[in-house]
Amino acid sequence: MRWRETLRIALEAVRLNRLRSGLTVLGIMIGIASVSLTVGLGQGAQTSVRQQISALGSNLLVVTPGSSTSTGGVRGGAGSATTLTRADAAALADRAVAPDVAAVAPVTQSSQVLTAGTSTWTTSVIGATPSWAAVRARTTASGRWLTAADVTDRSKVVVLGADTADELFAGSSPVGQQVAINGSQFTVIGVLAAAGSSSTTSEDDEALLPWTTASDVVGTSATTVSSIYLEATAETTLSAAYQEATAALDVRHGIGTGDDADFSITSQQSLVNAATSVTRTLTILLGGIAGISLLVGGIGVMNVMLVSVSERTREIGLRKALGATPTVIRRQFLAEAAALGVAGGLLGLGIGALGAALLPRVLGQPVTLSAWASAGALAVALAVGLVAGVYPAGRAARLAPIDALRRE
Amino acid sequence: MIMEAVTGPAPIVELDEVGKTYRNGTLEVHALDRVSLQVVEGEYVAIMGPSGSGKSTLMNILGCLDTLSRGRYVLDGEDVADLDEHELAEVRNRRIGFVFQQFNLLPSLSAWRNVELPLCYAGMRPADRRPRAEAALTRVGLGERMDHKPGQLSGGQQQRVAIARALVTDPALILADEPTGNLDSVSTADVLDLLDELHAGGRTIVLITHEQEVADRADRVVHVRDGRVLDDQREPAAPRPAHAAAAGVR
Repeated sequence: MRWRETLRIALEAVRLNRLRSGLTVLGIMIGIASVSLTVGLGQGAQTSVRQQISALGSNLLVVTPGSSTSTGGVRGGAGSATTLTRADAAALADRAVAPDVAAVAPVTQSSQVLTAGTSTWTTSVIGATPSWAAVRARTTASGRWLTAADVTDRSKVVVLGADTADELFAGSSPVGQQVAINGSQFTVIGVLAAAGSSSTTSEDDEALLPWTTASDVVGTSATTVSSIYLEATAETTLSAAYQEATAALDVRHGIGTGDDADFSITSQQSLVNAATSVTRTLTILLGGIAGISLLVGGIGVMNVMLVSVSERTREIGLRKALGATPTVIRRQFLAEAAALGVAGGLLGLGIGALGAALLPRVLGQPVTLSAWASAGALAVALAVGLVAGVYPAGRAARLAPIDALRRE
Repeated sequence: MIMEAVTGPAPIVELDEVGKTYRNGTLEVHALDRVSLQVVEGEYVAIMGPSGSGKSTLMNILGCLDTLSRGRYVLDGEDVADLDEHELAEVRNRRIGFVFQQFNLLPSLSAWRNVELPLCYAGMRPADRRPRAEAALTRVGLGERMDHKPGQLSGGQQQRVAIARALVTDPALILADEPTGNLDSVSTADVLDLLDELHAGGRTIVLITHEQEVADRADRVVHVRDGRVLDDQREPAAPRPAHAAAAGVR
């Protein structure tokens, strides 16, 4: 007997018990839908995290004060440098000290209220150097960027992030308009191009001043900085730049081997790795929970197949009397279980696709359903059906025809 | 048992000292005890006996639905005593046409789909099956009801569909187990007339019954009791005395 015929008989049996088959398929459907959605959410989150971070520049290193290995407490000692200074930044900019560092951008940061006309907006005010835009791979969408002259002249000029500009000057062009920060009037000279934002940090909500002006107006330190951005000469020299910067700062801060450093340097790659490993762990965890629902669906298929076998004992006996071999009977029931599994898988993928279209609007999280993962889910659904069908099909195949025929 | 004659009709069923023992816990039940029986081509044999006589076991053995404990069974020239389950399925498919008391039609399939079932298991192409199923249904007088489902047919008609299904593979032996047990008298006569017709057409039929009226239609009646053949009578008015003479009788 051909496979197509076996499949036809199996599908007829599935159709004959519509309600029961439907409910069984529901179990697999929910399992496959939840697995594909959790995996899709996880993949979406990974992709967006990777995109956000690499949008910041893949050659970027960030030096922040404070030890990454410190177990708590403040490092003691008179004059110990627990903060980064502009002198540190200047040293790192020296090509003799750190030949693989292409550019350096020290920044100061403070939270301030910005006022434009009647609108006010609280945002992060960054005291920047002209090198900041190149190091952070940012450009202006309108107007111009800060110049060295702005820094030396302590100009009252500001460049706004795209979101900040929208908040303060909804609709109208911000360039040339006035913004008040901490009692001083600033002229908006430019607006940054949008960089995209995640749910936790925004790259588009900030206001950049010359660092000298920031020190004058909002009182941020003229000597110490919040962090120093380093740009390596190339992606391949990133680790060399990292080593050089660490060595230079160790010397400047008087840190010997074995001491805890009072600064830490992170690369975008390490952020990507950390973020993706977190999302991957979450995906595996959630996918595992969803997998359990698939397992329950599989048990449902097995249950229904056992009921089907005992309900159709006479039919099996008859088919055997008419010449069906145990192999043919086994195949028929395996095909039936597989059909239930695949039907559940297809419906589950449909629900998954629907969820992938709707969920991002609700959660604000992207859901990525890859063709590869969908094919995998379908294969899993088929496998679940087949595995669940093995035992019931074996029972059907082993039924003795006389016993089966006699059963009422 | 050695057949002296090479001429005459070929033997279809040759049971030689067949025994069947069921084990029920520690209790051994001898359902059949040294039964020898020969049926030749074209014969119409009724097997009679009260319940518990072993006639159902005999029917199961004849139909290759059950294995023998002892003895030898040659069906249509093939020794089936030592065949495994797969081979027995093939023998049932090719050489035996079953007619059951309960009709045993699949309620979800139309008449012709029920009739073509044995052909499916024989591996015949779908295109070849339909005309054969139609021919078999026409043969039993149901050519107009090909697409009716069993639920839309009367008991007598359902049994005729079952007979068509038994005929469709052109088997060596038609085995009918109480074929009229579930039918009213009109349908009973109807089905028995059909079996008579098939017999007249040269079919070999073994019919199991406990009704004398049914057994009377056959040209030979074998009485079974307590797992043994009690007696084996030929109707004097049997339409084919030549066959009866050639039948090996113990």
